[in-house]
Amino acid sequence: MSQATHTAILNLAAGAFLLTAVLIVWHLGLRAIVRLLACQGVALAAIPLTEGIYESDAALVMVGAVVLVLRAVALPGLLGRAVGTEEAERRESTPLVNTTSSLLITAVLTVLAYAVTRPIIALDPSPATRAAPAAFAVILIAVFVMVSRRRAVSQAVGFMMLDNGIAATAFLITSGVPLIVELGVSLDVLFAVLVMGLLTGHMRLAFGGTDLDQLRELRD
Amino acid sequence: MTFLLLMPIVVPLAAAALAAVFGWRRLTAWVTAFAAFCTLVSGAVLAVGGEPGAQFTAGQLLRADALSITMLIVIGTVGSLATWASIGYIDAEVAHRHTDQKGADLYGVLVPIFLAMMSLAVLANNIGVMWAAIEATTVATAFLVGHRRTRTALEATWKYVVICSVGIALAFLGTVLLYFASIHAGAPSDVALDIDVLLTHATRLDPGVTRLAAGLLLLGYGAKAGLVPFHTWLADAHSQAPAPVSALMSGVLLSVAFSALLRVKSVIDLALGTGFLRTGLLIVGLLTVLIAASLLVIQTDFKRMLAYSSMENMGLIAVAAAAGTRLALAAILLHVLAHGIGKALVFLASGQLQAAHGSTAIADITGVLARSRLVAVAFAVGLAVLLGLPPFAMFASELSIFRALADAQLGWALGAALLLMAIAFAALVRNGSRMLLGPPAPGSPAIAVPGSIASALVAGVVLSVALGMTAGPLAELFNDAANLLGGSR
Repeated sequence: MSQATHTAILNLAAGAFLLTAVLIVWHLGLRAIVRLLACQGVALAAIPLTEGIYESDAALVMVGAVVLVLRAVALPGLLGRAVGTEEAERRESTPLVNTTSSLLITAVLTVLAYAVTRPIIALDPSPATRAAPAAFAVILIAVFVMVSRRRAVSQAVGFMMLDNGIAATAFLITSGVPLIVELGVSLDVLFAVLVMGLLTGHMRLAFGGTDLDQLRELRD
Repeated sequence: MTFLLLMPIVVPLAAAALAAVFGWRRLTAWVTAFAAFCTLVSGAVLAVGGEPGAQFTAGQLLRADALSITMLIVIGTVGSLATWASIGYIDAEVAHRHTDQKGADLYGVLVPIFLAMMSLAVLANNIGVMWAAIEATTVATAFLVGHRRTRTALEATWKYVVICSVGIALAFLGTVLLYFASIHAGAPSDVALDIDVLLTHATRLDPGVTRLAAGLLLLGYGAKAGLVPFHTWLADAHSQAPAPVSALMSGVLLSVAFSALLRVKSVIDLALGTGFLRTGLLIVGLLTVLIAASLLVIQTDFKRMLAYSSMENMGLIAVAAAAGTRLALAAILLHVLAHGIGKALVFLASGQLQAAHGSTAIADITGVLARSRLVAVAFAVGLAVLLGLPPFAMFASELSIFRALADAQLGWALGAALLLMAIAFAALVRNGSRMLLGPPAPGSPAIAVPGSIASALVAGVVLSVALGMTAGPLAELFNDAANLLGGSR
């Protein structure tokens, strides 16, 4: 792989990664956003796979394969099962911010991500690091999704996006954290999403739905 | 030495495996209490065995210095009290049908995993592994918070998992940035997150990236330590969790998360000077004390009251860490240990009040002293510890923190903290005396105290008094840790 191809693929992956985040903000169907999350997992896995092949680093390729299985198949699969079967449960209930404003906010957050990451790029202006603002933008957008959506599954999707964004940042700026850390983090994310999925099921039993507005008994 | 470092992690995990096979029964509950006691023994032996400044390692992965040893002692002490009390607590919960055998089995598996992960967090040499262990405590405690499966328990669990996971994810982003800066400072990539390596490369870390990392680490670990702005999970989770788990979360988990912050602070202070994190810690700490004090004043639920008292203490610890002197850091560690034992006492006692009344409203509880002397005395002693009354140890630690703040030219922060603490003090005294003193309302139920809880309460009172008399050999350990964390003067 030539350096130009390597850079092009990295930029493409980072672009697709950011695009899926914007589409998740745009869509209100829960099935659709879980599918988009799977696409985002593929774009994320493309980063370590490209880096690994370019630098002939077998360990990194292995990590990329694990990321692909975990974030493009296993975790979206878990969330997909938590969506539920009833028609009313499959769409976002009225979000706090309407779609047009949400997309505008997404644009502002992306610009903000470029501003925040300037010290990172100044320290290491390599092609991969230059793509890091896209990953940072996904982190900010994920936080926005988590505070503006009202369904348990959408919040879980937001959490996964946040984690994807952090993983993408790690792959872009440092070719991934040490293996033992990667292992621990992946296990944690897997269990956290598993717990969120189980809680969604319990919530449906106890409240008859997964609208988070019902969670308002505990307050001061 | 390797054996001593592995013991606090492996023995609780073995206890969890045993509980997974045999379910919740006398034997597995005893083994869990034994595992917690092993953590204490390991901490104590390491403390006695080491010269000042000694560090023990097991391979590349585990490492114990004075801070880890102190935290092991805190985990072991509070863990032993809480797991021993669990025996009577869970039996009563099953008897009153608040939970079933399946719920009890799950409790038996998750509590030792929770203990093992806290030990791993304080023993990990790699700050990435430390992060993973702290996030693992969130996963392990999720279903402990939701133990009773009621609507409110479910609500608390959801908020707890989501807010803590997001908060702690920010800390991971900070860790990644620190890793990036460490590699560019010349550290080999496979050990670039090891604490010793980070410390030796600290002065060469890029200031711009480190500043970004520092902010994220403060917010992230602050979330788990109950500091603003991610503090909202705390009162909900503490009020819904079973009493022994509340004791563990409040008395140990918060301070384990804060010890993670102290760890990274020692690296960041070398890279950026002490000014950057000092400002952050002061803002976050004082705001936390402010929110805790205001909510304590209007509180009508005694478990939430205790949760806000934990927030108040974590806020004070953050302010003390901002002072950053040796005196302040040693005082923080004494404060953490005394607070852990005091919180265990009040939460275990309040668990019995909740079991008797089926309520956690302060207004429903009257005349406890006239009905159960043991519960009332334990609650009162715990409260006196938390209020910083002499002869208990938090009197000494708070005085030291105040002096350290004055020495560090932070008189204004000291003034603000004192004012807010006085408000919190008044609120705790008013609510505490309302519950304990006076005649019981007619028809008040009897307060049953199972044997294991009674013995845990007595042990907690004895430990609180003993620690108030003298910190003994622990004083040297605390000073040692303060030196290690780069305390000035």
